Amino acid sequence: MLVTSPQFKRNAARALADAGLQKALGTTTPQMHAKRAAARAALPEFERLRDVARDIKNHTLANLDFYLETFAANVEKAGGRVHWCSTADEAREAVLRICREAGARTVTKGKSMISEELGINEHLERHGITPVETDLGEYILQLRDEPPSHIIGPAFHLNREDWEESFRRSHTDLPADRPLGERRQLMDEARTRLRARFLAADVGITGANFLIAETGSTVIVTNEGNGDLTQTLPRVHVALASIEKAVPTLEDACTLLRLLARSATGQDMSVYTTFSTGVRREGDLDGPEEYHVVLIDGGRSNMIGSEFQDMLRCIRCAACMNHCPVYGAVGGHSYGWVYPGPMGSVLTPTLVGVDKAGHLPNASTFCGRCESVCPVRIPLPGLMRHWREREFERHLTPATVRRGLGLWAWFARRPAMYRAATRLAAGTLRLLGRGRGAFRALPLAGGWTGGRDLPVPEGGTFMAEYRKRQRGR
Amino acid sequence: MSREAILDSIRRGLRRGPLPEDQAAMLRGRLARHPRQLIPARSRLPRPEQLALFLRNLEKEFGSFERVPDLAAVPEAVADYLAAHNLPPQFGMAPHPVLLGIDWSARPLLRFEARRAMPTDEVTVQHAFAAIAETGTLMFPADPTRPTTLNLLPEHAIVVLHASRVVGALEEAWDLLRAERRDPMTGGFMPRNVMLVTGPSRSADIESTLELGAHGPRRLHVVLVDDEGDAPAEAPGDPRAEAVAQPGEPAVPGD
Repeated sequence: MLVTSPQFKRNAARALADAGLQKALGTTTPQMHAKRAAARAALPEFERLRDVARDIKNHTLANLDFYLETFAANVEKAGGRVHWCSTADEAREAVLRICREAGARTVTKGKSMISEELGINEHLERHGITPVETDLGEYILQLRDEPPSHIIGPAFHLNREDWEESFRRSHTDLPADRPLGERRQLMDEARTRLRARFLAADVGITGANFLIAETGSTVIVTNEGNGDLTQTLPRVHVALASIEKAVPTLEDACTLLRLLARSATGQDMSVYTTFSTGVRREGDLDGPEEYHVVLIDGGRSNMIGSEFQDMLRCIRCAACMNHCPVYGAVGGHSYGWVYPGPMGSVLTPTLVGVDKAGHLPNASTFCGRCESVCPVRIPLPGLMRHWREREFERHLTPATVRRGLGLWAWFARRPAMYRAATRLAAGTLRLLGRGRGAFRALPLAGGWTGGRDLPVPEGGTFMAEYRKRQRGR
Repeated sequence: MSREAILDSIRRGLRRGPLPEDQAAMLRGRLARHPRQLIPARSRLPRPEQLALFLRNLEKEFGSFERVPDLAAVPEAVADYLAAHNLPPQFGMAPHPVLLGIDWSARPLLRFEARRAMPTDEVTVQHAFAAIAETGTLMFPADPTRPTTLNLLPEHAIVVLHASRVVGALEEAWDLLRAERRDPMTGGFMPRNVMLVTGPSRSADIESTLELGAHGPRRLHVVLVDDEGDAPAEAPGDPRAEAVAQPGEPAVPGD
């Protein structure tokens, strides 16, 4: 997938001016907050479960080599094959090889973020194989040739009119005057079309939310049932999974499942939680005859032992982006790659490079809401701060910012000077701004006033006020 | 090879070589014990309330149910459901011995085939292995008697569930599976596929508004057989031994 993260500022400006997107964000965000809050309130153990989940993931990461080898051995015992892939290239090739050996012409797909990361669809298309996205949201994005804007609600930036327009444009064999004004009609049309694709597909590709080491199972969690149709009907099932999805046992998965749906959609449990273990057994009347797990590193093993290791606990629930004021203002596409919001701001620089994605960890107010809702307690603001430090160390920060920070640091190390300077600056601004509540423009501060007003300082500086109050006690 | 490259890279990050044998043995011990983690208290209830919690959660998730006193009452419950929804009296049914053992002739108009689901099935009847009160979830391990497609292809999924198979927490359902199933291929307990189903299929992908019946069933209806007291555990061993119908020869006893 093309990385447009370097253009974050331009992307964000465009998003702020996009009326449709702003409507979608405005109606959805409060609902997301309310749903998670209700689910959390209904489960008194929720906060303790977050601690347990964090500990399970930490334990797994500290022994990840052992658990991956155990997982792989158990997949093979159940007649499956594991394809270990260090890079995205290797993974794309592995998927293509499996499809070719299966003689595949069409491939159905369940929603998978790692598939977006690898660019599986483009790769298959280049080699004459037709991938069909079957998640409702992913399906319309494929029709519109757009990337997802959210990791669990990929098309949530679109409004009903967008759906209707795309369906009329793409499903040209249907009567042009058919009614499509209601959600139900749109969903029925997609259901009918995709049902035919499910039945015709030669290979089904899904992601995996968890890999259970104990049993060699891949787990998918969906509400539509498309993932299950994808992996049940074709002769070959391919599960794509990055290495950090491993968990030791079914009991460990229970804890993570209790947090996943509640954090994501506010459901106690998603509709379909499905454990796949190997190939069709003798006597089984359905299910795939071949089962492949494409196990992808893609830069994750380098995060182990680094200050970013905590990020590998992520279970992709999207709570952080649902609660992020920046995401809530600019939506997912602005982030310019597969993973938006706070988790993306940490992960994207790791996977595509901070030189390209340096804007993302800066696109945060550090309000801390993401960390406060993360089901596995990832210290997201702290990790974004690490990226800002690295960016500065590697001289990727723009020169004016560096000079400004240097100037600030010089003063900050000289408290008397610092106080004098702030006193002077505040006093000057107060004088200049007499009679108006805020500055609409100010020399040298165009970057600030371009997007918002600067309030005129009132009263003394913080230190002056502080001293006054101390004296008064 | 990539396998070694990935494992080496992980170990470099962890600043160690392959796990020392004593530590690996400890982890193997943890896998063998598969210790339970924190289990929410909500499902620790006296028996009748546990069942009520399951039914409440099932309905909260847009499922429906009917309670019947015994298996003999199942045909009537199924027939009533079909009539109430204006559906033709025919369905695909799991070739499960419990379902095949029912005397369907009580409702001679019902026509069914014991087999996997077909794309044309509007209605299917499946047999649940267990159910979980905590979340209103049904558990379907795949085997020759419980084809997975029956959970997915129809518009209306009817499920026969014994009340005695409703447990409190998800962990307890795994305990049943661990105790009662042997997989013919691995010797473990995990079948090819286990589906945990909580309500009918749905999507909120269009304008974040929930609609039922996205790709899977639009309706999920549980026929709950009140059998508390004479709990029929599933016999361990090769599940095919229980299966009456074999692939390729659909049983049609009710025709």
